[in-house]
Amino acid sequence: MSGAREKPINRPPAESLAELPAGTCAVVRALRGGQELMSRLAAMGLVAGAPVEVLQNRGRGPLLVRVCDTRIALGRGEAIKILVEVAS
Amino acid sequence: MSEPLRNERRAIVVALAGQPNVGKSTLFNLLTGLSQHVGNWPGKTVERKEGTLVRDDMQLRVVDLPGTYSLSASSEEERIARDFIIKERPDVVVMVANAAALERNLYLLAELLILPLPVVLGLNMMDVARSEGVDIEPHVLAAALGLPVVPLVASRNQGVTALIAAAETLARTPDAFRPARPEIAAPHREVLAQIRTLLGTHVPLPYDSDWVALKLLEGDGEITGLARTWLPEAAWQSIAALLAQHEDAVLDIAGGRYEWIGRMVRAAVTRPRLGQVSLTDKLDRVAVHPLWGLLLLLGVFAAVFWLTFALAVPLQEWLDVGVVQPMRAAVKHSLAGAPVWLAAVVTDGVLGGAGLVLTFLPVLAVFFGALALLEDTGYLARSAYVMDRFMHALGLHGKSFLPLFLGFGCNVPAVMGARVIESRGGRLLTILLAPLVPCSARLAVLAFLAPAFFGAAALPVALALVALNLLVLALAGITLNHTLFRRQHMAFIMELPLYHMPNARTIGAFIWSNTWTFARKAGSFILFASVVIWALSYFPKGALEQSYLARFGQTLAPLGGLMGMDWRMLVALITSFVAKENAIATLGILYGQGGGGLARTLAEQVSPASALAFLTVNMLFIPCLATVAVMRQETGSWRWTLFDIALLLAIALGGGILVYHGAGALGMEG
Repeated sequence: MSGAREKPINRPPAESLAELPAGTCAVVRALRGGQELMSRLAAMGLVAGAPVEVLQNRGRGPLLVRVCDTRIALGRGEAIKILVEVAS
Repeated sequence: MSEPLRNERRAIVVALAGQPNVGKSTLFNLLTGLSQHVGNWPGKTVERKEGTLVRDDMQLRVVDLPGTYSLSASSEEERIARDFIIKERPDVVVMVANAAALERNLYLLAELLILPLPVVLGLNMMDVARSEGVDIEPHVLAAALGLPVVPLVASRNQGVTALIAAAETLARTPDAFRPARPEIAAPHREVLAQIRTLLGTHVPLPYDSDWVALKLLEGDGEITGLARTWLPEAAWQSIAALLAQHEDAVLDIAGGRYEWIGRMVRAAVTRPRLGQVSLTDKLDRVAVHPLWGLLLLLGVFAAVFWLTFALAVPLQEWLDVGVVQPMRAAVKHSLAGAPVWLAAVVTDGVLGGAGLVLTFLPVLAVFFGALALLEDTGYLARSAYVMDRFMHALGLHGKSFLPLFLGFGCNVPAVMGARVIESRGGRLLTILLAPLVPCSARLAVLAFLAPAFFGAAALPVALALVALNLLVLALAGITLNHTLFRRQHMAFIMELPLYHMPNARTIGAFIWSNTWTFARKAGSFILFASVVIWALSYFPKGALEQSYLARFGQTLAPLGGLMGMDWRMLVALITSFVAKENAIATLGILYGQGGGGLARTLAEQVSPASALAFLTVNMLFIPCLATVAVMRQETGSWRWTLFDIALLLAIALGGGILVYHGAGALGMEG
């Protein structure tokens, strides 16, 4: 899907966690996906407003993030569903 | 549980709750010691641990709930934990939290506190928290939460007595329990009240109407299904309409809980050394590194593999020479006057089967020790993270790698090791694929027969066969993942716990309970089935050549013809079901040793194409008896076990036919 006119890359106000390089700190803005995934992510501390730090992201395969003092491995499919705003 | 029963019993029932990786098992082992009883939750494959603790004249029955991050219904473990709390009504819940990740751990507390039960909070790993730069003042937290908070270092047995004292006091005076409870955020307060009104008096005991209303708003699948059956159609329709307008409520509710937690811990937690690099960060620089992490993993797993078999094999021999053989000799001696067949049934059939069960115990004990060590230090989760990208394509979890890798030694620990995988789909798929890893017994058969059949070409043939196995494993994984397991995709969300020193007691209890479970459950089945098969190979004449089994093999001769095998090879395959290495002994009996031993006899009598087909089938054949027994035990289902046997049988026979005809077409002598 293409919403942007000039560039092929979409730049929504919030981007997905999967797009962030390692070392980035961000704040979770919203979660997409079914109720079950949302409640699992929420139980791990991934809720709107939670600060999150990307520890490792190799562009494919799972990511490593830190949230709520916990290191969490997240599948890419799951990380895409987490919308974040990069902290300045 | 009914009310009269509650009044009669003197024991206080304590439910031990907590998220994974909080040291709950260590605490449970400390509390219950040798009194613990391990079983399964009724009708589930999840382990249920229970034990008793006597304190002064008071008896406490401690039930270890499965470790869960929350009490939603998204996993079997969570449903078990909350069903126990709601339906069995323990006198007190002891929630163990990891002090080093306090806020996330208190999410479970927030869920527990909306249920009408007294809760004591045990703050475990206070030492780890301190080394991570987090200081917690338990009494400040207790004042905020309005419930007892006990600091613990369970791995060093600190604080445990105080925890139990607090639990006992609270269980005796439940009316004094007035904790702070999280409240739902303002935007959803009104709709929650509306749902509560619509529920009216329709919610049956032991469920609590307020809790049900909240769970409905959270979109909880199980409660939604139940409420539909409780309510009259009109009331349900109104609720369903309200819920449809508030589909996003689950996030707000969760967010509200974290806000509440933030307020609760604010005064109690300080971080005097912010920004320091912790031990876990340092170790993870290597452990999750794309290259070093992979090398470390291979090194660690190779060490586990080596340890398992290097330690277990001498133990096995010792058991065989020191226990089984003398026992057989003694029994044989005492049965000297009995009929020959009776002596054979007891010594070869029954004691042979018991010996078979016994040979697995050392392997399992060492393997479970290694597994517990990896899990308890926190490394296992790292290895799963590193391997996930490779296992993902097969529909497997990163944690599937260690069990499958160990399958090269023996498929039994591979199947049992699959229990480290949390998701049921991933666990089941790993179990179904495990028998395709060529185990050492099959490799031994291959190592003996390949040179006999193929001389100098033995090594390439053997390597090709091992490669074939792994190829079939990958193809079977991909196929199952896209067919039967299509809807079972489980999200990969895994905590990487902080590294910490393993606890010997926890590891010991893990080894004991798992090995004992195998001996008790799988052992009896292995013993029974091996006696039956032994009898089929012995009766009616007392010789394999004229046995029922041989006759059965002869009736299968047309099938064997498709693979270029005669009945003797088929019988060898059938006897390999008891234990893979039996194939050689059976061939030895049926072909006769001849002048130059079995190898030469086989080389003379079996054509290369038939030999290749036989080796192919041997490698891909149905798992051995012990593997079948643990597959049944771990899946809890004969249906899945038999499905896998049928699948492997089809693959093996199909492979045998293809290889035989393929080899013939390539000009190999048929």
